[in-house]
Amino acid sequence: MNEPPASAQPGPGPSGQDIAGPVAAFCNVSIAFDGPPVLTDVSFSIAPGETRVLLGPAGVGKSVLLKLANGLLRPDEGRILLFGEEIARMPEEQLFALRARTGMVFQEGALFDSLSVRDNVAYQLIQERVPNSEIDRRVRDALRFVELEETFDLYPASLSGGMRRRVAIARAFIRQPELLLYDSPTGGLDPVTSTTIIELIVKERDVSHTPSLLVTHRLQDALVLCNHRFDPEQGRMVPFPKGETDPSTTFLMLEEGRLIFDGSLHDLVKSQNPFVREFLE
Amino acid sequence: MAIQTIEKTAKNLILTVQDYSLFAWRAFTNLYRPPIYWSEFLVQSDIIGFGSLPIVVLSGLSTGGVLALQSSATLAQFGATAITGQFVSLTMIRELGPVLTGVMVSGRNASSMASELGSMVVTEQIDAMRALGVDPLRKLVTPRIFASIAMLFFLTIVADACGIAGGGLVTVFMNHQNGTQYLNMAWEHLRYPDIIQGLVKPLFFGYILSSIGCFYGLRTTGGTQGVGRSTIEAVVWSSVLIIFVDFLLTQVLLTLFPAL
Ligand SMILES: Nc1ncnc2c1ncn2[C@@H]1O[C@H](COP(=O)(O)OP(=O)(O)OP(=O)(O)O)[C@@H](O)[C@H]1O
Ligand SMILES: [Mg+2]
Repeated sequence: MNEPPASAQPGPGPSGQDIAGPVAAFCNVSIAFDGPPVLTDVSFSIAPGETRVLLGPAGVGKSVLLKLANGLLRPDEGRILLFGEEIARMPEEQLFALRARTGMVFQEGALFDSLSVRDNVAYQLIQERVPNSEIDRRVRDALRFVELEETFDLYPASLSGGMRRRVAIARAFIRQPELLLYDSPTGGLDPVTSTTIIELIVKERDVSHTPSLLVTHRLQDALVLCNHRFDPEQGRMVPFPKGETDPSTTFLMLEEGRLIFDGSLHDLVKSQNPFVREFLE
Repeated sequence: MAIQTIEKTAKNLILTVQDYSLFAWRAFTNLYRPPIYWSEFLVQSDIIGFGSLPIVVLSGLSTGGVLALQSSATLAQFGATAITGQFVSLTMIRELGPVLTGVMVSGRNASSMASELGSMVVTEQIDAMRALGVDPLRKLVTPRIFASIAMLFFLTIVADACGIAGGGLVTVFMNHQNGTQYLNMAWEHLRYPDIIQGLVKPLFFGYILSSIGCFYGLRTTGGTQGVGRSTIEAVVWSSVLIIFVDFLLTQVLLTLFPAL
């Protein structure tokens, strides 16, 4: 079993309540669709303030794992805790309130193509009947965060892939979620745009300390994430001094449905597991 | 082998019916529990109601016209052309108005619901909505169902009126018979049971076409091709079900309000 270490600092959730245990935890989770199992006996947890990077080859079940974390999919076996509540068997109606406290960036962005960028980003606020003037202000703030203020009135169809991804990030950030789930936020993008997006994630990590689970199959991104910190004075991310890495960023690795690695970058580099070695090369 | 295939098909069918019943029930009872998305309801009413108006008017007029043409030829043999009006209005109001409108609107809107929701499923927009804490059943399905029920009711009245008008035009300009007599006959022989029958049916048909459209849309799998499949299933099943339920309803309503 995977008992998370008791965290020294309280949960950074904006609602202010300290979650004593992990923000999210998987206990012996298995899931299969029609066919061989996709995930088998997966256990891990996300502590407050922690950023977990999930690595693995294409088709191994990373997106499935992420969708299990906020109850979009149900496991066949095992327990999943989200904000201290067991969600694997929770009725869908009760799940909506919990999900609203998480932010999710989908692999393809999943923007609502019938809504403008403003309405996409403001989606949750509109549902909560926040006054229009406040919505506009907060949407502009969120879009400024992802450096896309000029897209306010545009529709998703007229945005590039990288812009869409950033709008999706703004939509996930707007309500200051207590857990962020990023599904391959840099997948299929050029290196420059990828770095822009990783910089946003580093910024969110170091400014808000929101716990997060980030899926990627690019080791490069994971390393940048680990080796950089956000410098509020310069307003951009800067590398750590040589040999230092971000202590709150740790790694998970999936192979054929099983979690074969759970630990820090240091452990990852030292790992003797042949699959991990192959992945690193 | 063959038995296994039959067994599998039967199982699938029963499972689908079970899923559909649960789905339809949940979507329906959502109307009594907040949040209710009224603005969605209005948008959908506009799309379904005003959008379908032209096809309903056209098909109503032509059907009424055809009824008058066909019936007057037959009735002439008995020297009874005078009751053309009664024939057209009763047929339109009791049967053809509701069924025709139901099938036309399901061709137009059950298909659009299935393809719209289906595309949202395959592009993960439905998952995104759920991840943002919004129930797609409340936000997308319930407004469509109630807009369809309300609009089909009014569209059926329009179709009935157009049918009677179409029959009248044919009677006067093509059969060269007396228009006043036509209208009198159309009006005088109408009784409340006929009208009730004609107005209860669209409530059911609206429910059927929208819940089937949304049901198949939301259970889309397999990319754009899947969207196409869902759309076909939605149109086929909603049309077939409308005609079948019409048969059942007519039975029940004739028992409750005996005609003649
Ligand atoms: N809804 C579903 N129905 C059936 N099978 C599914 C479903 N979702 C995922 N799968 C299967 O689960 C496996 C893992 O898929 P998943 O999308 O999680 O991969 P991934 O690790 O995210 O890959 P990539 O890096 O390419 O995004 C695949 O074999 C896929 O076919
Ligand atoms: Mg994926």
